[in-house]
Amino acid sequence: MDRPPHSPGGQAIVEPVASSHPAIPEEAEERISVATQWQLMWWRFRRHKLAMVGSVVVLLFYGVVLFADFFAYAAPTASEAQRSLLPPQPLHWLDGGFRPHVYGFSGRRDPVTLKRVYTPDPAKKIPVRFFARGFEYRLLGLIPADRHLVGVEGAAAEETLFLLGTDEQGRDLWSRLMYGTRTSLTIGLLGVTISLVLGVLLGGVSGFCGGGFDTVIQRVIEILRSIPTIPLWLGLAAALPSSWTVGQVYFAITLIISLIGWTELARVVRGRFLSLREEEFVMAAELAGSSQARIILTHLVPSFSSHIIAATTLALPAMIISETSLSFLGLGLRPPAVSWGVLLQQAQNVQALAISPWLLTPAIPVIVVILAFNFMGDGLRDAADPYGH
Amino acid sequence: MLAYLARRLALAVLTIWAITVLSFVIIKLPPGDYITSYIAQMSASGGFVSEAEVQALRREYGLDQPGYVQYLRWMTMVLHGRFGVALEWKRPVSEVIGDRLWLTMVVSVAAIVVTWALAMPIGIYSAVRQYSTGDYVATFVGFIGLAVPSFMLALILLYLGFKYFNASIGGLFSDRYAEAPWTLAKVWDLARHLPLPTLILGFAGTAQLVRIMRANLLDELGKPYVVTARARGLSEWRVILKYPVRVALNPFASTIGYLLPYIVSGSIIVSLVLGLPTVGPLLLRALIAQDMFLAGTIVLLLGVLTVVGTFLSDLLLLWIDPRIRLEGKQ
Repeated sequence: MDRPPHSPGGQAIVEPVASSHPAIPEEAEERISVATQWQLMWWRFRRHKLAMVGSVVVLLFYGVVLFADFFAYAAPTASEAQRSLLPPQPLHWLDGGFRPHVYGFSGRRDPVTLKRVYTPDPAKKIPVRFFARGFEYRLLGLIPADRHLVGVEGAAAEETLFLLGTDEQGRDLWSRLMYGTRTSLTIGLLGVTISLVLGVLLGGVSGFCGGGFDTVIQRVIEILRSIPTIPLWLGLAAALPSSWTVGQVYFAITLIISLIGWTELARVVRGRFLSLREEEFVMAAELAGSSQARIILTHLVPSFSSHIIAATTLALPAMIISETSLSFLGLGLRPPAVSWGVLLQQAQNVQALAISPWLLTPAIPVIVVILAFNFMGDGLRDAADPYGH
Repeated sequence: MLAYLARRLALAVLTIWAITVLSFVIIKLPPGDYITSYIAQMSASGGFVSEAEVQALRREYGLDQPGYVQYLRWMTMVLHGRFGVALEWKRPVSEVIGDRLWLTMVVSVAAIVVTWALAMPIGIYSAVRQYSTGDYVATFVGFIGLAVPSFMLALILLYLGFKYFNASIGGLFSDRYAEAPWTLAKVWDLARHLPLPTLILGFAGTAQLVRIMRANLLDELGKPYVVTARARGLSEWRVILKYPVRVALNPFASTIGYLLPYIVSGSIIVSLVLGLPTVGPLLLRALIAQDMFLAGTIVLLLGVLTVVGTFLSDLLLLWIDPRIRLEGKQ
C-alpha cells in the first residue's frame, strides 16, 4: 500500500508501523510519529543487513575511484618486457616480527617453448612498505603527491612488486585494476545519470500527460526492449571513428549504453506518476489552486524520489556489465584506456588462461560490485516505501 | 482475444520496421560507403575495379540517391532475399551466414527451455519449503547468477575445464562433424554439445525466474482457496500443482518476451568465448572489418527472429492464461 508523505492525518500513517511492533515503548512510538520520511527510510534500510554490507562495499569501491593513484603503486602504462606474464607475488607478513615482504624471483627464457619462466627465490626478500613513495600524481586531480598505499621504496631497480602479477606487456595488474575500477565505475555512474534524465523526462511525460504521448512512449519502450541489445550496441560502437581520442570514445560508449538503460527507469517513473495522480493530496493541491508545475515539483517528485534512487541503483550493474562486455569484445573502450573489460580482454582465450590464470582476477571486482549494488538496491527498494510493509 | 492478437501483431510489425531502420543506420554509419570499401578491398588483394564497374555498382545500390531511397532499395533487395556481398569472403552474405543463424536460434531456444525447466521446479520448491536449506542454497546461487555476466561464467568454466579435466569444453560439434553435411549423427553430436552453452546462457535468466516464481507462489499459497483445497483433503502436491502454481505461472510466461532478446544478446558474446559456430563471432569480425552489409544483415535477421520468437511466446501466453483469451468478452 503506497501512502504519500504529505497525506494529512499523520496518525493514520504511523499506525501500521506501531501496530506491527506491539512491544515498541511509547517513547519510540513518539519518535516514529515525528520522524521525516527520509528518517523512516533510513531506519528501515538499516534493518536490511545485506543491504548495509552492500553499501559499505560500494563505498569502498568508490573510495578506490577517488584515490586510484594512491592505491596503485605503478603507473598504469609502465611496462617492461623483462617482466612479461609474471605470476602474482604473494605477500608474506612475518619475518621475525611484523615485516611484510615478497620474494624476489629470477626469470629466464625456456629454450623449448620460448616462454619466460619465473622462479621465486625465498632467500631474496623484498621489503614492502606502507605509505611508500612512488610515482608522482595529483590527489583528486589537485594536490601533488607521491605517497602510495604500498611500495618498495628505495629498493634496487630490479626489486619490484607485482601483487597480482603482470600482463603480456609486463604491466602491473594490481595498479591497472585500480585505474580500471575508476573508469568502469565512473562510466556506470555517468551512463545511469543520462538514463535517469531520459527516463524521468519521458516516463514523467508519459505518466502525467497520458493520452497520445503515453501510447507512443510506451510502444517505443516495448520496441526497444524486444530488440537484442548487444548486436545493436556492437554495431553502433563499431561505427565510432578510430581517430577519436580516448575521451571521445569514453563519452560515446557511455551514451550508447545509456540509450537502452532508460526504459526500465521510465517504466518505474510512469508507474509512480499513474498511481500518485489519483491520490487525495494531489486532488487537494489542485483544489487549492496549485499550478501543474508546483504539484509535480513539490508534491509528486518528493514522494517518488526514493523509488527512483532504488531503481537507479538496480540499473547500475547493467551499465557496468554493458561496458565490460563491449570493451571485452574490443569494441568498447580502447587501450590506452584501462577498464575492467579492457583488462579482461587479455583473458579471452583458453590458451592465455591456461598459461596465466591470474589475468582473470579483474572478474572478481566485477562480480563483487554487481552483487553489492544488487543488495543495496534491494534494501533501498524495500526502504523506499517506509509506510508500507 | 482477436483484439489482443491484432495488437501484438501490430507491435511485432512495428518492431520489425524499427529493426530494419536501425540495421540500415548501422550499415550507413561508418565513413565511406559500400563501394569505397569494395574498391579498397579489391585493390588490397591486387584486383582492379574499372570506372564503369564502379558506376554500375553505385547505380545498383542507389548510392547516388538520397537516404530514404537507398533505404527503400535496400529493403526491396532484402525482401527478395538478396543481402549484398560480404567483402571479406567475396560471397553473398546469405551464403556466409548459412547455418550459423539457425544454430544461434537453436542455442537460444534451448537456453530458454533449460531456463524454464530449471526455474519452475526450483521456484516451486523454494516457495513451498521457504527458509529451508534448499531455499537458501537456491537464493544464494540465484544471486550469483544475477551477478556473474554470462561471458564471465563461460570464461571461468573454460578455465576450470582446462585445469581439472584438461579438456576444451567449447564448440558445438566434434571436429569430425564440424564441416560434415547434416545427418542424424551430426544432430546427435550437436545435442551432446548443447548442455553447457545453454546452461551458461540460461543461468542468469533462471536466477531471475526462480525469484519471480518464488515470490508469486508465496503470495498465492496464503490465499483462502489453498486452505479450502487442503481442508477438502486433496493431497499436498495436488493442492499446490493444480491451483496456486497455475496462477503463479502467468507472470512467468509473460517474461519470456524479455528473456529471448536477452538470451540472444548473451549468445553473441558467449559464442565468442566458447567458440560456438553461431553468428556471434561472424558479427564481431564483420564489424571490425567494417563489412557493413554482413553486419547489418546479421543485426536485422537476429532482431526479426527474436521478434517472431516473442510473438510465438505471446501465443503461448494466450493458451496458458484464459484471462487474456476472454479479454473484451464481458
